Amino acid sequence: MAGQIPFVDYLVLDDGAPHLIAQECESCTARFFDRRNACASCFSTEFRAVPVATEGTVRAFTIVTFAAPGIPTPFVASVVDCEGTQVRANLINVEPDPEHVRDGMKVRLATFGIGADAEGTEAIGFGFEPVN
Amino acid sequence: MSASDEIWILGIRMTKFGKHADQDTVDLAAEAATGALSDAGVTMGDIGVIAAGNLMAANAGIGQQLQKQIGQTGIPVYNVANACATGATALRTAIMAVKAGEVKYGLAVGVEKLSGAGLLGAGGRKKDTADVWEPKGRYGAVAPIDGRIGTEAMPGVFAQIGTEYGHKYGGTSFELFAKISEKNHAHSTLNPFAAYQKRFTLEQIMNDVMIAYPNTRPMCSANCDGAAAAVVCNGETLKSLSQEQRRRAVKVSASVLTTDPYEDGCQVLPNVNTLTRNAAKTAYEQAGISPGDLDLVELHDCFATAELVHYDNLMLCEIGGAADFFNSGATWRDGSTPVNVSGGLQSKGHPIAATGIANIWEICHHLRGEAGDRQIENAKVGLAHVIGLGSACGVHILEKSAA
Repeated sequence: MAGQIPFVDYLVLDDGAPHLIAQECESCTARFFDRRNACASCFSTEFRAVPVATEGTVRAFTIVTFAAPGIPTPFVASVVDCEGTQVRANLINVEPDPEHVRDGMKVRLATFGIGADAEGTEAIGFGFEPVN
Repeated sequence: MSASDEIWILGIRMTKFGKHADQDTVDLAAEAATGALSDAGVTMGDIGVIAAGNLMAANAGIGQQLQKQIGQTGIPVYNVANACATGATALRTAIMAVKAGEVKYGLAVGVEKLSGAGLLGAGGRKKDTADVWEPKGRYGAVAPIDGRIGTEAMPGVFAQIGTEYGHKYGGTSFELFAKISEKNHAHSTLNPFAAYQKRFTLEQIMNDVMIAYPNTRPMCSANCDGAAAAVVCNGETLKSLSQEQRRRAVKVSASVLTTDPYEDGCQVLPNVNTLTRNAAKTAYEQAGISPGDLDLVELHDCFATAELVHYDNLMLCEIGGAADFFNSGATWRDGSTPVNVSGGLQSKGHPIAATGIANIWEICHHLRGEAGDRQIENAKVGLAHVIGLGSACGVHILEKSAA
């Protein structure tokens, strides 16, 4: 049965309302996107999954025109501030040039298909696109 | 502080940076190490500990390989690896051994063969065509994330560190970052040890190949071959040495290594700022010196975008004032705080593990009054800084001998 799989496990696809989830430390509320052993801030070990805001502002960006083999260029790499949670993502659906990409621009989460595997399962990636 | 608590660089040497097709890693390390020993006026027979780094072959035991070429005396070797801060880490390790009173003389060596190495930090996409998508790793990713979720290559990471500074404080632009590179390339024309000694116009820099906006090719550190080594001892040992050794010895007034403390977002984009500021603050306190006392600074300009943020992190300017500080001309060699008069990593080159000792060699060269055409006149105090992404930061403050 062909279906979809998120590109990373912190991307939640359900119900046509895709969003990211963070592992939030129950003790100090520090947020992380990877599997955790303990909190880097307060060392406690209890986490809860929390949704991350799907809109944010571009805090830092670069337009990568020279990358490792196999990586299509140019692309816009960025850090998006989603209501206080910093998210690493590409900026998509925007011209990859300094006239169209600015720090502080408002963006929102968007998903796109990356391709299907041998069983027909489509991987779904995410990026942030400008809010017009 | 008693003389036994003081740390001195007795001898130091860097090889010319560039392409050394006829020398392997051990040859380069040996050239720097024997040069430092001879500069110090001691032999391998005097050395009590070696700390050595060669990041690209960190498991190969460069310290023991070196011993087999220049002297196997049975002393302990610490092979260290700390990204681009490997050289500073080696030096700091040797310093700690001397400071602990375990050895009289310590030797620190950093070496790298990096000519033609290309883009560092980028993983590429070897397994992009899996038969069946399968989540792997700590993010449960079904394919490599470099290029799909941001960039892992160094030019883009440090580009974002520069644009983030602009986002916080304003005043930055592509042209401003390019001007920093223009300065360092201009400085390099006076340094015969630099891999590249070519002056570029601002237009040439801005119109060169874009690597990761706003860093064009000349705004990126130059991959090259090179080594550097230093011999350290304490003040008590120095007292027993000749007038000439005491005159040329350089005092290590501060030696600090830090890592990045947790802050929001620091695992999303590396924060190279706080650990540098922490290291600098501790170093100024240790040395009893303020940023205004510095006659020259060698800081880690792995990319033009990085140099800007470190003006601020090293407290050479007011918080948020790095762009104004640069625009005032302060960091040119005739300015109030000359920065990277060696040409910096962008033109002198960045043989990774050598860098953290080579920048100290540059400072020592000026403090000894031996820097030739690029000598900063009457230099008495200097600061050397390196960052290894991951992260580690080394800051050393050096003072001219009063002897």
